Formats: sequence, structure tokens, C-alpha cells
Amino acid sequence: MASGSNIDALGQFTLHRSLGALGASVNFTNANTMMLVAGALILGTLYVGMRPKAMVPGRLQALAELSYEGVLGMCTDTIGHEGRKFFPFIFTLFGFVLLGNLLGVFPLFFTYTSHIAVTLALALFVVLLTTYVGLRMHGLHFFSYFVPQGVPKALLPLLVPIEVLSYISRLISLSVRLFANMMAGHVMLEVFGSFVVMLGGAGLLGLFPAGLSFAVNVALIGFEVLVAVLQAYVFAVLTCIYLHDAVHLH
Amino acid sequence: MIRRPHALRRPAAALLTLVLASAPGMAWAEGGMPQLDFKNPLTISQVVWGALIFIVLYILVSRFALPRVGHVLDLRSATIRNDLDTARAAKERADAAVAEMAAATAQARAEAQAAITTAVEQARAHAAVEAAAMNARLETQIASAEARIGAARAAAMGALRDVALSTASTVVARLTGMAASEPAVAGAVDQALAARRQG
Repeated sequence: MASGSNIDALGQFTLHRSLGALGASVNFTNANTMMLVAGALILGTLYVGMRPKAMVPGRLQALAELSYEGVLGMCTDTIGHEGRKFFPFIFTLFGFVLLGNLLGVFPLFFTYTSHIAVTLALALFVVLLTTYVGLRMHGLHFFSYFVPQGVPKALLPLLVPIEVLSYISRLISLSVRLFANMMAGHVMLEVFGSFVVMLGGAGLLGLFPAGLSFAVNVALIGFEVLVAVLQAYVFAVLTCIYLHDAVHLH
Repeated sequence: MIRRPHALRRPAAALLTLVLASAPGMAWAEGGMPQLDFKNPLTISQVVWGALIFIVLYILVSRFALPRVGHVLDLRSATIRNDLDTARAAKERADAAVAEMAAATAQARAEAQAAITTAVEQARAHAAVEAAAMNARLETQIASAEARIGAARAAAMGALRDVALSTASTVVARLTGMAASEPAVAGAVDQALAARRQG
């Protein structure tokens, strides 16, 4: 991606048509190909892992069961016993984001969670879902969520708009957090990778800084894996917390 | 050698680029982030396809994949519960058997104790009866012996008076030279004997 002396750190985020002429005719992008891969991996892990139906699970079955019980625990701990209803959604969301983040760490793989349009769509769906759940469970009483309790009445005209604003800003914080984390990490990887190529080709004196950049990239890869898992977890936990607010109103 | 300063300048330039690239707004101003290129139809089309893929994934995960995992987990917890129940039942049976054995031991011990007690009682009663019989026999023997002793004593006492009478008569005859009167001697002897018996 590094051409000449310019580092094209953003070229890796460029979308292009995928899956040949058929995909191109419906604007199927490389991001969507990675989504298909992620979905196939999620379903494949669950299907292949659970095929033995062993009483004492093997590694893949343990992975499938741990993810099941981990996400279920997250749902029931955060939302309460109503969390079971949202478990399949949270599981799909967590898996979708996690696999998108993790697959992006592989070289030449596109990271669909590094696109604000994708994360914004996910966040928009989460916010719409929580609002729908709140209205469905509490009716118009749901709007009491925006009225803080135990506050002087005089302050309410000031506080209610702030509450509404903070509710809407969930959309931004949820989507930008994931997008910015993934993008920043990949830009760093690209930049230090370019350093390795450029300095390595610059002659004998460049070898040491090139090696240093390579070491930084190795550390960054490990860091990226951590961020990938952490951000997927944060996304899922925040979704659970928002659902908790919608179900319980505080 | 001529390239060296150039090569050294590059990291600084690259670092600057990194800083620029890290700040999304700056990067956009610089060349444009592909993420914010909304003129590109692919930016929106990926979201539409992504939504479709997500919905299909959600349906497959919630309808097929997760129930499969849940079924196996339920099966396992049911098996474990059954095994625990079986173990608990077995433990209860074992506890009951132990309690039964303890009760039987206690009962046997009590019975043995009772048998020992009755045997001891019987032996004691038997010994008491025998001792009483022995006592009675000894009692009669003692009584008869005492009776014999009393008779012998009376006989001895009777003979003693005769001896005392004759001895007293003889002593009086020797001392005085004349025969003592029978009634006076007899009275004196009887008096002396009575005094000795009392004294």
C-alpha cells in the first residue's frame, strides 16, 4: 500500500466490489464478503463444535459453550431475567462485531467494523431497539426515563433536554467508539508496516529502525487482538445496559 | 550516502502523517477517509447488504445454532442432576443401612446386657437361697450344740454341788473333829454357789 515515499494509511479502508460480476451488479462489497465469512465462522463454530454433543466437551465444543454461557451470563446479569429474550440478538451482535474486529487483524482482510456507516447502522438499530422495547413495555410511561428523580422542579427544563441529548448521543458514542478504535489500530499497523518496507529498503542504516518498527508492529498486532475483543465486549455490554434501562427505567 | 539524510527525514515525515491520519478530521481534510466518502455508492450498499447478512445471521443463530447449544447444555445439566439425585439416593440408602446396623448393634448390646443382668440376678438369688439354707443348717447345728453344752453344763453344775457338799463336810469334819449337820452345809453351799453364779 506504501507507494513511493507516501504512506497510504487509509487505502486499506477503500471499498470495492466483490464476488465477481454478479456481486458487482448488486454493489456487493469486500466488507460484505468479510461479513459472510464472519457469519459462516460463527455458525460453523456453533455447528461443528456442538456436533459431538459430548458430555465432556472438546476444545471447539468448549469454545461454543463458553461463548453461549458467557453471552447469556452477560445478558442475565446486566438486564435481569428478561435478558433471556434478548440473548440471541446480543449473541449475534457480539459475534458479528467480534469476528469483524478479529478478522481485520489478519493481513489483507477487510475490517468492516472500521467503517462508520456499518457501526452507525448497528448503533442505530440498538438505539431504535431499546426505544421500541421501552415503549412496548412501559408505553408512554417510558418517557419518564428522561425525567430524573429527586431533582428540584425548577431544574427540569434544563435537565430533560440534557437527558434526551445523552440518550441520542448513545448513537454517536456507540458507533464512533468502535469505528475509531478499529480504524486507529489499523492506521498504526499500516504506518509502521510501511516504515519497515521504506527503512528496510533505504540501506544499511535503515535496517535498525526498520527492525524497531517491525517490533512495534508485532506488539501492535497483540494490542489489536486485545482491542478487537474488548471493543466487541464493550459494544455488547453497552447494548445490554441500554436494554436494561429500557426494561427497568433506571 | 547521499540518501542518508533523506532516509532519516522520512520517519519524522511519516510520524507527522501518522498524527494526521490518527485525527480523522485532519485526515479527511488531507485526502479523504474512504469511510466518509458517501458519494461512493458502495458506502451505503455495504450497509444494506450488511443489514441483510445480519438479519439472516440472526435468524440462523437464534433458530438453529443457539438452541443446539442450549439443548446440549440442558441435557448435560439434566444428566448431572440425575447423577446427583442417584448419588443422593444411594447415600440415603447407605445412611439408612448404617443407621439400621447401629440400631441392630445397640439392640444386640442391650439384649446381651439384659441377659448378663438376669444371669447375675439369678446367680445372686441362687447364692442367697443357698446361703440362707446353709445359715439355717448352721443355726440348727449351733442351737443343738448350745443345747448339748447347756445340758453338759447343768450336769457339771449338779455334780459340782455334790462335790462341794462332800468337800465342805469333809473339811468341816477335819477342822472341827465332828460331823457337820447336813442341812447347814447344804444351805451354805447353795448360798455360795448362788453368789458365784451371780458374780
